[in-house]
Order: sequence, then structure tokens, then C-alpha cells
Amino acid sequence: MKFISKYRRHKFATPLLLLFALFGVGLTFSVASATQAPTTVDAAARSTLIAEGQQIFLKGCSSCHGLNGEGAAVGPSLIGVGAASVDFQVATGRMPMQDMSQQAMRKAPVYNEEEVAALAAYVASLAPGPRAYTNEEIKWERDGNTADGGELFRNNCAMCHNFAGQGGALTQGKYAPSVMGVEAKHIYEAMITGPQAMPVFSDKIITPQEKLSIIKWIKAAENEPNLGGAPLGRVGPVTEGLLVWTFGLGLLIAIAVWLTAKAR
Amino acid sequence: MTARERVAGTVANYVDERTGAAKWMRKNLQKVFPDHWSFMLGEIALYSFVILLLSGTFLSFWFDPSMQHVTYKGSYQPLKDVEMSAAYASALHISFDIRGGLLMRQIHHWAALIFMAAIVVHLMRVFFTGAFRKPREFNWILGIALLTLGIVEGFLGYSLPDDLLSGTGVRIAHAIIQSIPVVGTYLSFFAFGGAFPGYVFIPRIYIVHVLLIPGIFLALITVHLMLVWYQKHTQYPGPGRTEKNVVGYPLMPVYMAKAGGFFFIVFGITAFLGAVASINPIWLYGPYTPGQISAGSQPDWYMGWLDGLVRMAPPLETYLFGYTVSWNILLPGLIIPGIIFTGMALYPFIESWMTGDKREHHILDRPRNVPNRTALGVMSLTFMIVALINGGNDLIATHFDLTINQIMWFSRIGIIVLPPLAFVITKRICLSLQRADREAVLHGKETGRLVMLPHGEYIEVHEELSPEKKYALTQHEQPKAIALVVEDNQGVLNPKGFKAKLQARFSAANAENIAKPTASEIKEIESGHH
Repeated sequence: MKFISKYRRHKFATPLLLLFALFGVGLTFSVASATQAPTTVDAAARSTLIAEGQQIFLKGCSSCHGLNGEGAAVGPSLIGVGAASVDFQVATGRMPMQDMSQQAMRKAPVYNEEEVAALAAYVASLAPGPRAYTNEEIKWERDGNTADGGELFRNNCAMCHNFAGQGGALTQGKYAPSVMGVEAKHIYEAMITGPQAMPVFSDKIITPQEKLSIIKWIKAAENEPNLGGAPLGRVGPVTEGLLVWTFGLGLLIAIAVWLTAKAR
Repeated sequence: MTARERVAGTVANYVDERTGAAKWMRKNLQKVFPDHWSFMLGEIALYSFVILLLSGTFLSFWFDPSMQHVTYKGSYQPLKDVEMSAAYASALHISFDIRGGLLMRQIHHWAALIFMAAIVVHLMRVFFTGAFRKPREFNWILGIALLTLGIVEGFLGYSLPDDLLSGTGVRIAHAIIQSIPVVGTYLSFFAFGGAFPGYVFIPRIYIVHVLLIPGIFLALITVHLMLVWYQKHTQYPGPGRTEKNVVGYPLMPVYMAKAGGFFFIVFGITAFLGAVASINPIWLYGPYTPGQISAGSQPDWYMGWLDGLVRMAPPLETYLFGYTVSWNILLPGLIIPGIIFTGMALYPFIESWMTGDKREHHILDRPRNVPNRTALGVMSLTFMIVALINGGNDLIATHFDLTINQIMWFSRIGIIVLPPLAFVITKRICLSLQRADREAVLHGKETGRLVMLPHGEYIEVHEELSPEKKYALTQHEQPKAIALVVEDNQGVLNPKGFKAKLQARFSAANAENIAKPTASEIKEIESGHH
């Protein structure tokens, strides 16, 4: 160990030690905080899942989307939409559609979690596309920032979804739905896949970090108590005007009638 | 005389000896006002105005009308460290960090909505009963001025907090100013001190909102009420009520008690709304930035019709001599409202010209007895309501599963087709009601009681109206059409030509009534059968 003591006062010793220390800390941190590497699903199990998904697809989806997901007159092609689209559309109940209206609406899902996963695996096997997420992966509580999310929401989302995420009308009967009470992963998947009338917000336009902030703001708006009293739908002055003409003025006129009524 | 009465008497005497107020007070405190619920609608507006002054003063203690950039450090966490204007930050400060601030803000805003609604129903009462006729034409014009000012004042108040919604409204106002041909751009630069949004707009509209318009309001309301005082209140027809008297209760004590109590009721209802119902939650809207907008951005209801007109306007533009004329904004934003408000202000003169009636009127009309005017009023209301509905087209679309396009086309067609339809239907209903009145006077009320006479004939017993009721139903006079004079007896053409034709036409329409029962008809019935 003479080597160490010999160079211990060398002018590079301190910077070098610092470098080693930093490297050590970094290494420890990266090991400690490393997320579990995605478990490679056994190839056999995976192909079973795809086969199951195909069966569900043939029964429930192929009449509109074609036998191989190639699309048809009424349903678009699903090649390349990825597991994220399937997870969003099917797990929020939008697909299968209830009727051929302008837009699929959110309703109680038809398929359970396993079936959705199988369908997603099948559609993802057709061509690569954005993957599905789990709620645990979307760490909005830890990584999001509410105020930033509010800014981003007002810049990118409010023009369709309204200032408080209550939804709004689009042209020809299409609409932006309310974003209240939506699971975090579904909000995330909606942003990356752009379902129905919604545009895709790619990771270049809104970074994953910013997406988490948006989710955090939506959750904050969802849980925000109604500070001013009855929220009246949080849709702005229309309901306020309605209340003033019905309750406000209605009551005042009723009282005026009472005040001037002749005693009988 | 008790000790209390002695003290009161001494004080009153002291004041009277120095001011001579007793004579004036006795005269005015005994002034008689007729009693009817519809005469209290204007009072609602007056009391809301008082509430607005009081709550507005409270808000002005903390509101900072400045467009300086600040970073929010207040207690509302979702906006922590967000960049905003000082005006918005101070409105948040009032809402969250001032005791009772949010309640006061909400009372102020609800009072504004009630104020405008009360003005509109008051105007409807005055219109449909013909209370605007001579000698009250000027007071009618004052009323229209108050309505117009109220819309402007409300809009300025809506714009002051500088949240996303108010900024959107200001942006539209900016666009409407710019749509004025040739001078629009210059006017907008003048109003905003440069390009939109600039730094001067909020301070400017603040001083207009808290000083200029309230001052004008106060002056106009005073004159409005003094004219009511001086010209005496109108009254509904009835026995003992003539064009020369006023039947009712004295101001003191009956009206003092009623009106004073009513003030507290209005205040109570406004405060109740402010306490339980959220209005203009500015913290949810976020600060205004020109790059942002929210779905469902609407003005307050009294501007909703204007927004509805703009929303339904087809995309028309012409390019003339190097200038773009944006008819799609100019027409619904300025020209149509201009025509509506001018027409409204001039209506007393228009009607008096149409009917040729230049006499004073202190007895009100029952709306059915003037079918033309009533139909015209309903026609205008229909126009406004279609426009108002289109102002909320996006919310109607989402809440009733319709499409915006359907509603827009309904409004575009409806705003042309429905008002004339409303005119015809209303006029028919009025004439039917006149027929019903005539029937009731001549034959009484149907009792539904069938009686078999001794010789076997069945008759339904009709209950005769009381003489008072009969009087009320028949006291009005029915106008005669003005005869058209094409040429006089010398064979000289009428110099008024077209105007005379038009007047004859209008007055003929106005004179279209169901003949009311004449005295001889009533006498005949009374002496005759039953």
C-alpha cells in the first residue's frame, strides 16, 4: 500500500478522490432507485396471450375493424395503433361502441382487465405502436407539479376540455369529454395516442414529465373543494345566468307579489 | 305625551325651525303610490344598485388595477409561483386571503346579474303596459340609457379580474372595436394604448368602472326617480282611477315599510346566493394570456345575446379600397345592437306617430288591449331569446346531445323566422283574450252548473261580473285608424305622400281590435234574458 501513501499529497489526488466518491454515490443511487427492469415475458406465455386476444378480437371487434384489424368501412385500421390505444379505448368502455354516433362515449367497460390486456397484446402484435401503461408507472404524485400542470392544461387542453376539465362541444356533434374521474394511465394514454377528435401530444410537444404535471393538475381540480359554494357545473356564466333568472329573480318577484297582495 | 314623544317633538321642532322641512316633508311623505307587484320590479334594480355600491367599495380596498407582472405567492396552491398580472393576483388575494372577501366578490357579482335582470323585467313591464307614453318618454329614454350603461358596466366588471375568461371577453371587445371600418384599428390602439393586451387597459377600465359609470348611474337614477315623483306613478285601470288621480297608499308609513323591508329581502337573497352558489371562480380560470382560451367561454347573461349574434354570423368579409370590412363582426357586434337600442329608445315617439295619439296617459294599458304593441314586444323578446340561446350553443350541445351546427342553423333560421311568427301568434292571442273579455262582460262567468227549467229546457247558469270588474274590462278606449288623405277637397296631393300611407297602414294595424261591449249592449243584456 505504499502506492497510496506515496501519492496521497499529489495535486491530482483530491480531484481524483472526489471523482471516485461521486461515481460511488451515483452508482449506489442508480442501483437503489433503479426501476425493476421490464420482465421479459416468456415467449410461450406471450403467444398464448396474443392468441386469446385474437379470439376476443374476432368475436367483439372484427365486424367493424376487419378480421385482421385492417379496418373496414365503419372502423379504422388498428395496425400500428399500439397497446396504449386499446387500453384507453376498451378499458374506458369507449370500445366496443354502443351505437354508430359521432363519437364513442365513456361507459362501463365491456371487457375485464385480463381481456383488455390480451386484446392489447394482439393489436400490438400486428405492428409496433405505443405501449400500454399501468397506473403504478404514472408517478404523477411524485413527479408532477400542479401549477406547471395548470399552465400546460390551459395552454393545450382547456380550449376543448374547458378551464376546469369539464369538457366542451366540438363541431358536428363531436365533443371533448370531461376529464374528471379518469384513471391516470388513461389520461396519459389519451395524450400519447390522440383518440377520436383529440390530437396526439407527442413526447416532443409535451414531455413525459409535463404530462405527469397535467395529470397532477387534473387530479387537483377533481379533488378541489368547491370554494365558492355550489359549483353550478363549473361551466361558466351560462348556469349562473340561469340561476339568477329562475331562483334569484323568480323568488324576488314572488316576494313582490306577496308584499302587494291584498289582505283577504 | 310621553317623555319619548316630548323629546322627539323637541328635536323635530329644532330641525324645522332651522330648515323649514316640516311643510315639505308633510307634502311628500303623504305622496300616494299605487300598489301592484309589477311596480316593485324597478325597486329590485335600485336595491341591487345599492348592494353593488357597498360591496364594490369593499372590493376596491384591496383590488389592484395593474397589469404589472407578478409571481403568485398567495395561499391558493394550484397557482403557486404562476406568473400573472397584479390585478389577477389581487383578485385572488381578495378571494382567499381577505376575511369575507370571496363572499363579497360573489355578492357583488350576483347583485350585478340581479340588477340587470331586474332592469329588463322592469323595462318589459313599462313597455307592455304603455307606461312610456306621454308625458314619460324622457324617462323611458333614461331607462334605456341605464340599461345600456348597465351592460357596459357589467362587462367592465367582468373584465377587471384579468382571469382567462375576462381576458377572452376583452379580446372579443377588442375585435369588435377593430371591426369598425377605417378607424377601427386606430380606435383599438387608442383604447388599449398600443397592441392588445398592453398595459393600460385594466387601469383605464377600472376608473371607468368604479368612478365614471357609477357616477353617471347615480345621476341618471336620481333624475329617473325624480321624474317618477314629479310626474306621479301610473296606475292600472279600475273604478275610481282616472287620468287625474292616483289611487294607492301613502309613502309614509305603508310604502316606507314595504320598500324598506323589500330592500333587506333583496339584500338577503343576494347574500344567500353569494354564500351558497359559486360565481365566476377566477382561481379555476387561471390568469389571462392571449395564447389561451377555455371551451365554453361565455359572457354574463346580459351580453349573452350579443355573443350569440356573433356566433351565428356567417363569415362575410369584403375588401374595399384597401380596407377589409369584417361584416361577420361588424354586423352582429355593432350594427344590429345599434339598431335595436336606437329603436328601443325612440319607440315612444314611433308609437305616438303610428297611432296619432298625442295625449297624456296615466292609466296603464292591459297588454291584450293593445295587440300590436304587445306583439311587437314579444317579437323583440323572441329575437333576443334566440340570440341568447345561440350564445350558449356549446353547452346546450353537450348537455342535450345536440350538435353545435344544428343549434347554429336553428338560430340562423330562427332569428329571421321566429320573431314574425311570434308577432302573429301574440296578436292572435291578444285578440282572443279580448273576445274572452267581451264574452265575460256580456254573459258573465261560466259556472258549469246546469239547471233544468220547469218546462224541460236546460240552461247553464252564468255568474254576472261585478260592476267593478266590468268597468276594468271596458274602460279602455279603442283606437281608430287614421284615414288616409290622398288628396284634399281641392284636389291637391297630400304632401306627406308615402309617410301618410305608411302611417295609415300602421294605424290600421294598430286599430285592429275586437269591439268592446258598448253601454247599450250591456244594458240590453242586463234588462233582457237570464
